[in-house]
Amino acid sequence: MESIISKLHPLERSVLPVLLKEKEISAIAKLSNLQEIEVMRALQWLENKNVLKINVDKKKIVDLEENGIKYKKEGLPEKRLLQSLTEEFQSLGEIAKKTRLSTEELNACIGILRRKVAIEIDKGKDLMLKLGPQGKKLLKDGSFEEKFLTKDFPLDFDLIQDIDKFAFDELKKRKGLLKIEEKKTTTVTLTELGKKLASTKIDGEVINRLTMGMLKTGSWKGKNFRAYDVEINVPKVYRGKKHFVNEAVEYIKRIWLELGFKEMSGNYVQSAFWDLDALFVPQDHPAREMQDTFYLEGKAKLPKFWEKVKAVHENGANTGSKGWQYTFSKEETEKVLLRTHTTVLSAQTISNLKKEDLPAKFFSVNKVFRNESLDWKHLFEFYQVEGIVIDPNANMKHLKGYLREFYKKMGYPNVRMRPAHFPYTEPSVEVDVYHPIKKQWVELGGAGIFRPEVVKPLLGFECPVLAWGQGMARIIAEYWKITDIRDLYKNDLKQIKEMKAWIK
Amino acid sequence: MPTIILNKEVFEKLVGKKLPLDQLKDRISMLGTDLEKIEGNEIEVEIFPNRPDLLSEQGFARAFSSFIGVKTGLRKYDVKKSGLKVYVDKNIKNIRPYTVCAIIRGLKFDDEKIREIVQVQEKLHTTFCRNRKKAAIGIYPLENIKMPIYFKAMKSKEIKFRPLESEIIMDGLQILSKHPKGRDYAHLLEGLEMFPVFMDSNQEILSLTPIINSHLTGKVTKKTKDIFIEFSGFDLEAQKVGLNMLVTIFAEMGGKIESLEVIYPDKTIVTPNLTPSKMKLDLTYVNKLLGLSLKEKEVKDLLERMGYGYEKEEVLVPAYRVDILHQVDLAEDIAIAYGYENFEETIPNVATIGEENSLEKLQNKIRDILIGLRLLEVKNYHLITNEDLTIKMQSKNKVVALKNSLGEHNHLRNSILPSLLKVLKDNQHNEYPQDIFELGRTFNFDKKEETGVKEEDNLAIMLCHDKSDYTEIKQVLDALISALGLEYKIKESNQNSFISGRAGEIIVQNTKIGMIGEISPEVLELWGLVVPAVALEINLETIFKIIISN
Repeated sequence: MESIISKLHPLERSVLPVLLKEKEISAIAKLSNLQEIEVMRALQWLENKNVLKINVDKKKIVDLEENGIKYKKEGLPEKRLLQSLTEEFQSLGEIAKKTRLSTEELNACIGILRRKVAIEIDKGKDLMLKLGPQGKKLLKDGSFEEKFLTKDFPLDFDLIQDIDKFAFDELKKRKGLLKIEEKKTTTVTLTELGKKLASTKIDGEVINRLTMGMLKTGSWKGKNFRAYDVEINVPKVYRGKKHFVNEAVEYIKRIWLELGFKEMSGNYVQSAFWDLDALFVPQDHPAREMQDTFYLEGKAKLPKFWEKVKAVHENGANTGSKGWQYTFSKEETEKVLLRTHTTVLSAQTISNLKKEDLPAKFFSVNKVFRNESLDWKHLFEFYQVEGIVIDPNANMKHLKGYLREFYKKMGYPNVRMRPAHFPYTEPSVEVDVYHPIKKQWVELGGAGIFRPEVVKPLLGFECPVLAWGQGMARIIAEYWKITDIRDLYKNDLKQIKEMKAWIK
Repeated sequence: MPTIILNKEVFEKLVGKKLPLDQLKDRISMLGTDLEKIEGNEIEVEIFPNRPDLLSEQGFARAFSSFIGVKTGLRKYDVKKSGLKVYVDKNIKNIRPYTVCAIIRGLKFDDEKIREIVQVQEKLHTTFCRNRKKAAIGIYPLENIKMPIYFKAMKSKEIKFRPLESEIIMDGLQILSKHPKGRDYAHLLEGLEMFPVFMDSNQEILSLTPIINSHLTGKVTKKTKDIFIEFSGFDLEAQKVGLNMLVTIFAEMGGKIESLEVIYPDKTIVTPNLTPSKMKLDLTYVNKLLGLSLKEKEVKDLLERMGYGYEKEEVLVPAYRVDILHQVDLAEDIAIAYGYENFEETIPNVATIGEENSLEKLQNKIRDILIGLRLLEVKNYHLITNEDLTIKMQSKNKVVALKNSLGEHNHLRNSILPSLLKVLKDNQHNEYPQDIFELGRTFNFDKKEETGVKEEDNLAIMLCHDKSDYTEIKQVLDALISALGLEYKIKESNQNSFISGRAGEIIVQNTKIGMIGEISPEVLELWGLVVPAVALEINLETIFKIIISN
């Protein structure tokens, strides 16, 4: 009891004493001098504290409409008509003058009175009316409708008695007289605790919010602070936030930086020369066809050494290779496209290196493009993790070593290499990691050692270059339990705000 | 990549050994082929494009048998001279210039073998032959053919025969327009007046290559014992190896290979030629690349497990292998035989210095500043629709288009603002304020660039809620620019997509770095937005240059 009292909000304090007298919310509001919405808030808090129960009743209410109000005051028009009649026939014109009823009203009234056999009618040249015997009785006793209208409105629909049903139905049929509304009434019932609390005298003087003014004047001294419900749920606030994919990308980048790799960057729009030919992809390779690669209009300018690449394709030139044994097409190599892999950056990076720069290690975590229609497992642009190690002493074992180290930091301690094929690497390797939850090997991408046909024209001399290019969408999507890959770039702001951070 | 389906029983018989299922799966993967599945009597394997010689039960079993050590080393195939001739007419030179041919005798066909042959022919056509564009294969029963055979070009109207799968005789043009295979491959002969055909000495047309064989002379049945094979197209060297793949498959089926003379106007070649080619192998090179210290004897064993022969520092490469261009290809096969799983993992003790790209660093810094202002980062595709870039932005700027996009996203964005408006449009059901930003690349035409397209990284910010206004976006700009240690001015100027009189250029050290303003209600309406938005877009490369120069 004490602890409840100490936590009472000023609104609750105002409402409580009233509850012994009033049960209905608008009445409580009136008596406590609060707004209904404030009362409602206080009542809800009190309900949470088990002080009372809020009952919400839905009731059908019958109320008067415009005509209803008018007739209640002036009497029903048929009554007025009836009053104007005598036992002699009178013309309709005369009656209209006397009653000041409109033609429409008159017609309606005549209809009603005829049904009640209250009048007699002579259909001569002019319509003539006179009071019938039944009419006299009606004048004396009053109609059911008349009596119904004398009630206090609004009426509780459920409380209309059978005897009044006829009158209600008749009046309801008429225009603008009665309406039925649904009304919510909120009442409260005090619990045992509530009854005690309401009859306890509660000292109103507690500090609710500590203000600057109180601190300046010291008016807080000697007063009690209202205790809060510190367990209460509070409205959410959101932080400003990095896009979650960038969080993951940053994490991956950091791994390579920690391993001593330099970041590569470059254009998305590239020539076929850099994206494919410099990597010794034969010009009739199926992947170069329109359905896999986005092409742009125009012709790219080629670097000076392009003819070295051409020669390597055609006959291997000075690389010790036979080459592809075909005629290299300049037109094909000048095509402009959206890079299909970040390996294009590796090619460009190698072409800028000198002997004294070695050994060197580079990485990139960036976008690549494939001509795909969007669906739940395909994107037309996605991230690739690219890495190269240009080291005269590099070998197969190192390739496995670097990849293992990377994936260990990504949370996959076991790495497996299988033979594979890519036009620009030899040996070529498919990299699988062991998925600790799914308990199976998962394929993540390609790796290998660049072919001499790739390295020599770019670097000017032979040197082993370890290389890998791996997709990351799968790992990123899995972390956030995303099953439809398109959700990575859906940009639902609510989802972005509420996502947990990337913690590995 | 192509997959082939192997009959497990036939396969195991060819291999000469039956492995437990687990081992079989493991060994298939570690040979350098992707095992799709093994179900009942069917093995489905994906073959990488560098190994078309594995695209058949016989070819795959040959490699597998060596790999697991049953039949190792170079396979020997006898080739007898048939004395028969094929004449290549000079009029074919610019149409489909080369053919190489062979005879196989003593075959016993059954339904299973015919299925295998159809499969291998089809797989080679789609991969190695690039959908028959580069070359195509024809197989004919020898009994109906009168030698010699002529390979020549004929006027399409004059080519008349009953093609396979047809009841009637057609001419060349009719085949291309009416026959199902003709329709599939008509594009390969498009624009030609003369079509390539094989014709025998009875003036019977054997086939219209690379489309379809004749029903009369080109249909292999269970009765067929001897066959004539031609491999015709544009790449003589590839065709020779392709023919070798085929004839060795038939030899593995029990056939006897015979060569014939192919007589060109200027030369005569005898095909097939199954003499292995020789390639020098430098043991030091192999050991260095793989990080191993293999002895010559070990290397010889490993090579033999991959179907090679080895004599005195020279490797004998089977005549059906297309993928051996350099000794590095031998090194890979040695590694495969050694077992990828058997390589240790080591990281060499080599010191290099890691370094992040400087523009990326600046972007991260900006990201931090904006997050401190409680903005939310979004991330959109660089590809977007033309309508989003122009009509909906009331902009007439030229945008870079893709030639062949499969989807509706077929333009490269020249600004990030449309991407942000799209985000707002898609988030109207979510609560406001919606204060968002994006860092990303934009694309514009520029003749000075290698590809004709200039790429720049931009930053765009958009604040959207009922009371968003110019003051608010300028406050954000203010916070950002001063955090970067710079000063700026705004020069009033009208901009596409902004309310005139409420927009301007952002100037830092006399250089325009971007624009700022209130998005015009016309533009909001075009995007279907009913909440006011203010925005700015800044070119990061320019700002980066200014920071560096300071």
